[in-house]
Amino acid sequence: MGRKLLLEHINVPGINTFDVYRSKGGYASVEKALKMTPEEIVEEVKKSGLRGRGGAGFPTGMKWSFLAKPEGVPRYLVCNGDESEPGTFKDRYLMTYIPHLLIEGMIVSSFALGANTSYIYLRGEMMPQVRILERAIAEAKAKGFLGKNILGTGYDLELYVQPGGGAYICGEETALLESLEGKRGNPRIKPPFPAIAGLYGCPTVVNNVESIAAVVPIINEGGDEYAKIGIGRSTGTKLISAGGNLKKPGVYEIELGLPVEEFIYSDEYCGGIANGKRLKAVVAGGSSVPILPANLILKTINNEARLMSYESLSDGGFVSGTMLGSGGFIAYDEDACIVRNTWNFARFYHHESCGQCSPCREGTGWMEKVLHRLEYGHGKMSDMDLLVDVSKKIEGNTICPLGDAAAWPVASAIRHFRDEFEWHVTNASEATSRNYGIAHYADPLKIVETA
Amino acid sequence: MKVTIDGITVDVEPGTSILNAARQIGGDIVPPAMCYYSKLAGSGGKCRTCLVKVTKGSEKDPRPMPKLVASCRTGVMDGMEVQNITSPEVVEARKGVVEMLLINHPLDCPVCDQAGECHLQDLGFEHGAAKTRYEFDRRTFEKIDIGDKIQLHMTRCILCYRCVFTADQITNTRLHGILNRGDHSEISTYISKAVDNDFSGNVIDVCPVGALTDKTFRFKNRVWFTKPVEAHRDCDKCCGKVTLWYKGEDVIRVTGRKDVYGEVEEFICNTCRFDKKKTADWVIEGPRKVSHQSVISANHYEFTPLPVVKTNPVLIEANKEQFERETRL
Repeated sequence: MGRKLLLEHINVPGINTFDVYRSKGGYASVEKALKMTPEEIVEEVKKSGLRGRGGAGFPTGMKWSFLAKPEGVPRYLVCNGDESEPGTFKDRYLMTYIPHLLIEGMIVSSFALGANTSYIYLRGEMMPQVRILERAIAEAKAKGFLGKNILGTGYDLELYVQPGGGAYICGEETALLESLEGKRGNPRIKPPFPAIAGLYGCPTVVNNVESIAAVVPIINEGGDEYAKIGIGRSTGTKLISAGGNLKKPGVYEIELGLPVEEFIYSDEYCGGIANGKRLKAVVAGGSSVPILPANLILKTINNEARLMSYESLSDGGFVSGTMLGSGGFIAYDEDACIVRNTWNFARFYHHESCGQCSPCREGTGWMEKVLHRLEYGHGKMSDMDLLVDVSKKIEGNTICPLGDAAAWPVASAIRHFRDEFEWHVTNASEATSRNYGIAHYADPLKIVETA
Repeated sequence: MKVTIDGITVDVEPGTSILNAARQIGGDIVPPAMCYYSKLAGSGGKCRTCLVKVTKGSEKDPRPMPKLVASCRTGVMDGMEVQNITSPEVVEARKGVVEMLLINHPLDCPVCDQAGECHLQDLGFEHGAAKTRYEFDRRTFEKIDIGDKIQLHMTRCILCYRCVFTADQITNTRLHGILNRGDHSEISTYISKAVDNDFSGNVIDVCPVGALTDKTFRFKNRVWFTKPVEAHRDCDKCCGKVTLWYKGEDVIRVTGRKDVYGEVEEFICNTCRFDKKKTADWVIEGPRKVSHQSVISANHYEFTPLPVVKTNPVLIEANKEQFERETRL
């Protein structure tokens, strides 16, 4: 059994209410943190080795220490709850069932950063979560954990929940800040980074929901204790939202370093592939990361077991590896159509591109149209090279990482499943009648063995 | 601060962008810019045509930057080394950007009012591929009249946001903005509201392509058949310094005076632009100097020696194709 830090009390009835949460030891970290100095808290977070859980994996403590602290200028903490990557649904789960954990983390983090006003920014569609969090904030305020003079320590904090307009791009931190300021959610050009000029031009830290929630066990147990969980530079636990053709899809808290094979096949977690089918491919960290065939997700190119950690998943770069990303783990069984799936992802990124910079604005649409053509049996053999070239033209040339996020799934799908794309061109009628399956093209498991 | 661009070192003020440092050197090493406009705050960084490779961050931190950067929005550091046309990666990326920009921009230069003055046309000529690989329908829009003097044809728009910045910064009301996302984005006024501000005509000057055109000039002539003349008048709203475009005896268009990078020196008011179209309204200063490379130079060709930069063997090697083309011309 892996250790649970965030979801330990998730099954306790009424854990979404203040009283039950408090009876289970909730808000202890606030009491402890307010007796520490902000520098000590930042130091604990640094010691814990916590890395940003939103996808990029940047060390949280280091991010906090970059925050500019000019005299007389307010500082802000913004929690990024704009979770909308296909395959990722862990933050929503956490906010729905255990909202006080996030609020507790927000209080401790805001105190550490010297912020007196903090925001939780949510995707516009998440109105139930907005209401849940607002109720929880009201409860915490009534009990003296928010507002003026928290627990008599003289520290003031106002916490607001702000739903956005419902755009994926608003999850990019600078676009989020624009949206929070009431403008169109277009990413800003960096530098300056938010740590210097963020919300309303003031120093700002933007952290993911899970990162902020993880501050609670770090303060409760100490950074060193937290760092003992996990493997190497991937410390602590991580929420994984497992979806796709799995027996038991859902949100799981794992200790980083768990073998991927165990995560997919053990009964404690996903329980294997649904209907006894074989695993074909996995998108390990949300739709923006490269897709890997079964052989490469279970073993690295050096024939070592692949682990659920930042380093192990990215072992081999993008040629034979992927990324942990936000933890949106999507598994595909042998009957899944990679072409259709890639088209679906491309459709999403085309729809969500903000339209500021030309490679992303035009390139995402182009890729979608070519993939649509392939999926519906009108493709050409040259389309695969075209897609790879277009994705290269987008990758790295855009203002924000959405361009990369759109390019990687397409490039990796063609890299690993080119024969399937070719099959769609040569067997158009079968492809359009949805009569696809592993039997038609090279078995990915076999490719792994021969790789 | 010393910065080296394509092997040529220049001293610049702190806070200068790479693009402006390159402009101080001039010649072929100046990256093209479709969305950057030095007179408009916050512009730049969007079209990605000015991407360059930073091979050395600075004297203090010599690490190269991992990705190509937009030179218009990246400040120089002391000792920075930058590659523009000498980097094959940059040339390739720029070719890609041109291809993307031309996906939804029709190649209707023969009938477009901007032909001869179009930055995208120049960019496509210098950096583009001979053929497009895009085989799908292009987006099309109906023409929109924004006010009685300006016409917007979104089909040609490359969404550089320059006109939006102009409307925000030069005029005192927010006139128009961007609707929708991605390649569905379009410039629009608020429910077809007319743009009626004394300085609204400047959106025509800042548009790098033929999306925003002057209805008083549209299709009256091709620009290379006109004769540009510098002139000024005493105006109580603006500086009154303009370029008059003559067809025979008649002034058929008035625009702001533009510099070598196509940016107006000073914004002018609508009265000067649209209402003063008689020679008697103006004090004529003399013919406008036109670069010999511009199509507008037809019939009044003036020889200027090649810039010193063109003697740099590294640049000639890097930009071989263009040098050959120019020599041929």
